[in-house]
Amino acid sequence: MTRELWEGNQAFAEAAVRAGLKAFFGYPITPQTEALEYMSSRMPELGRVFLQAESELGAINMVYGAACAGVRVMTSTSSPGTSLMMEGLSYIAGTEVPMVLVDVVRGGPGLGNIAPSQGDYNQMVHGGGHGDYHPIVLAPASVQETVDTVYGIFDIVEKYNTIGVVMIDGTIGQMMEAVEMPPMMDLRKDYPDWAVTGGFGKDRKVLTSIYLDPLDMEKANYRLMKTWQEIERNEVRFKEYFMDDAKIAVIGFGSAGRVALSSVRVARAKGLPVGLMRPVSLSPFPYKAIRQIAEQVDSILVVEMNSGMMLEDVLKEAKGRTNVEFYGRMGGVMPFPDEITSEINRILKSKTDSDVHPRDSWLERMASIVQ
Amino acid sequence: MPLKGIITVDENLCKACELCVEACPQHVIALDMDIITPRGFHPAHLAEDGCTGCGICALVCPEAAITVYREKKTA
Amino acid sequence: MATLDIKDMEIVYQRPDSLIDINTHYCPGCTHGIAHRLVAEVLDEMNLSDKTIGVAPVGCSVFAYNYFNFDFVEASHGRAPAMATGIKRVRPDRVVFTYQGDGDMVSIGTGEIVAAAGRGENITVIFINNANFGMTGGQMAPTTLPGMKTSSSPNGRDVEQMGYPIRASELLASQDGASYIVRRSLHDPKNIRMAKKAIRLAFETQLRGLGFSMVELLSTCPTNWHLTPPKASKWLEEKMIPYYPLNDYKVHPSIIELKV
Repeated sequence: MTRELWEGNQAFAEAAVRAGLKAFFGYPITPQTEALEYMSSRMPELGRVFLQAESELGAINMVYGAACAGVRVMTSTSSPGTSLMMEGLSYIAGTEVPMVLVDVVRGGPGLGNIAPSQGDYNQMVHGGGHGDYHPIVLAPASVQETVDTVYGIFDIVEKYNTIGVVMIDGTIGQMMEAVEMPPMMDLRKDYPDWAVTGGFGKDRKVLTSIYLDPLDMEKANYRLMKTWQEIERNEVRFKEYFMDDAKIAVIGFGSAGRVALSSVRVARAKGLPVGLMRPVSLSPFPYKAIRQIAEQVDSILVVEMNSGMMLEDVLKEAKGRTNVEFYGRMGGVMPFPDEITSEINRILKSKTDSDVHPRDSWLERMASIVQ
Repeated sequence: MPLKGIITVDENLCKACELCVEACPQHVIALDMDIITPRGFHPAHLAEDGCTGCGICALVCPEAAITVYREKKTA
Repeated sequence: MATLDIKDMEIVYQRPDSLIDINTHYCPGCTHGIAHRLVAEVLDEMNLSDKTIGVAPVGCSVFAYNYFNFDFVEASHGRAPAMATGIKRVRPDRVVFTYQGDGDMVSIGTGEIVAAAGRGENITVIFINNANFGMTGGQMAPTTLPGMKTSSSPNGRDVEQMGYPIRASELLASQDGASYIVRRSLHDPKNIRMAKKAIRLAFETQLRGLGFSMVELLSTCPTNWHLTPPKASKWLEEKMIPYYPLNDYKVHPSIIELKV
């Protein structure tokens, strides 16, 4: 199949189109605006629905409506817009209708900047809106992987009637790479039997996230949790590189993981026993795999483009089992491979005191970098 | 001679708001103080003769509790 | 005098099919009930109920979906026009309407309703204006009248501090995308009849794909106004109508000519 150069944002938009996307509602926000602009011509070209909403609030609620009508629908945004969408995401989750969100993460908090970051980890993986539920969060690390992930996520969210988030950083959104596009799927012609399509009396359907009686709400919460358990059993994904005989494991997702891979290759070329584990599903998180790694290696180095958010999930399984270190860049700064190589060399020589939280020892080392 | 009418009021729905009592042009509707519905209201009812089946009570009823009947016109 | 037997009489009025036979939670005399009834009657008469999808707001009518006998979805506060847009854009052959209160539409929802009207979204909005936030206990709303006492303006709305009410019909009618924007009232039989006609024309606007339609219905809130239902109707007539004049603010030429 042909490979063409695609910019990340446009590539994931096209991937969704090929997955039979019926409707896209979005709003401009850097660094994902190219997706909105691409959709604004591509969707009408195919006779599908495109609308630029009045805000991210408008967009997520338009998605909510279309999802209730039983069609494949998505939106994309960046960190401040994701914050605005939280209420809508919670409603969609509570109503148990499927939808897809692509979050192209930028520096924050607040308005922050438009540089790439991984600072939405907590808000998406441990949040996604108020209440007792968990979204599926996948973190690809290249334009091709993003295309494949977006193409495949619609089937997944429809299987579980849940929310699927593809979380990339601004780099992946903006960069151009060679991509093989998947085949064009037909648009679905029928509607799921739970969708609102127009019906009277006993044929009518009501889609709501209200359960006024706490006991009814608890039943709904229980159902969401049982679905979540099924997702945990089936949807964990990660990639491992050079892990078989590794004594140091670098753990990073998305672009951080990709940069770390360069460092790991350099280390291996020198004969150092270093490997990389790159979680692709952040939610459900690959806890079992982390535990196995912790039992195998002498040290884990978590690398992120944030202040250590996935670090906490790694620590849940690794603390007490192995030495855990952290290296992060914040504010939209991307780490370079040589920074991670320095970290690997440092860890080979000495370990952090196990009473000190890896974030604290990292902040000590960061003092000379940020000041 | 106006046609004669009857109304029936669904006691499960009536909340005794008295909008029909006020609106009836013939002033023949009143709350039935001898009845208390399961919801604790004195339901509206036709208290006197004189209903013409005009339907104004049903027009103002927020509960759609009133059915209005009218004599069929002869000839 | 012959006793009248309803078996021999004709039915002048009975409950519309599109209203489920169930007790509502609305307060006695609350004109939400009249508005619901009129929408149900119109959809029955137009034979549209099995093609209609309603969008319920947050407010006293949050459970509107329990009362109408057709498909409904529940929006978050203020976002019903966006949700309706999502549905109508993917199912343009369905009739889609929102049912919103003044807190929902004119406070938190101003962004969504202005955008929907501006876009000329082919949806119908039933807007219930009772000059307060009813569900949460009668707080001041953007539609509360100057000097009007509410639970969050206990000394009366002071326009110096709290500004002036927003007139939604006038605001939205100024948009080119708006095709049918009228204000009616539910305080007496004559006005209720006119309100029903307006609701009918609003849905006709949608059926003809003419753009955004809205019927603002001045409504009573006996409980939070601390008035009996009949007195609340009088108060509406005396106090609300002068501030919110009953009028046709925008009517598409094709609708002017329509005879229903």
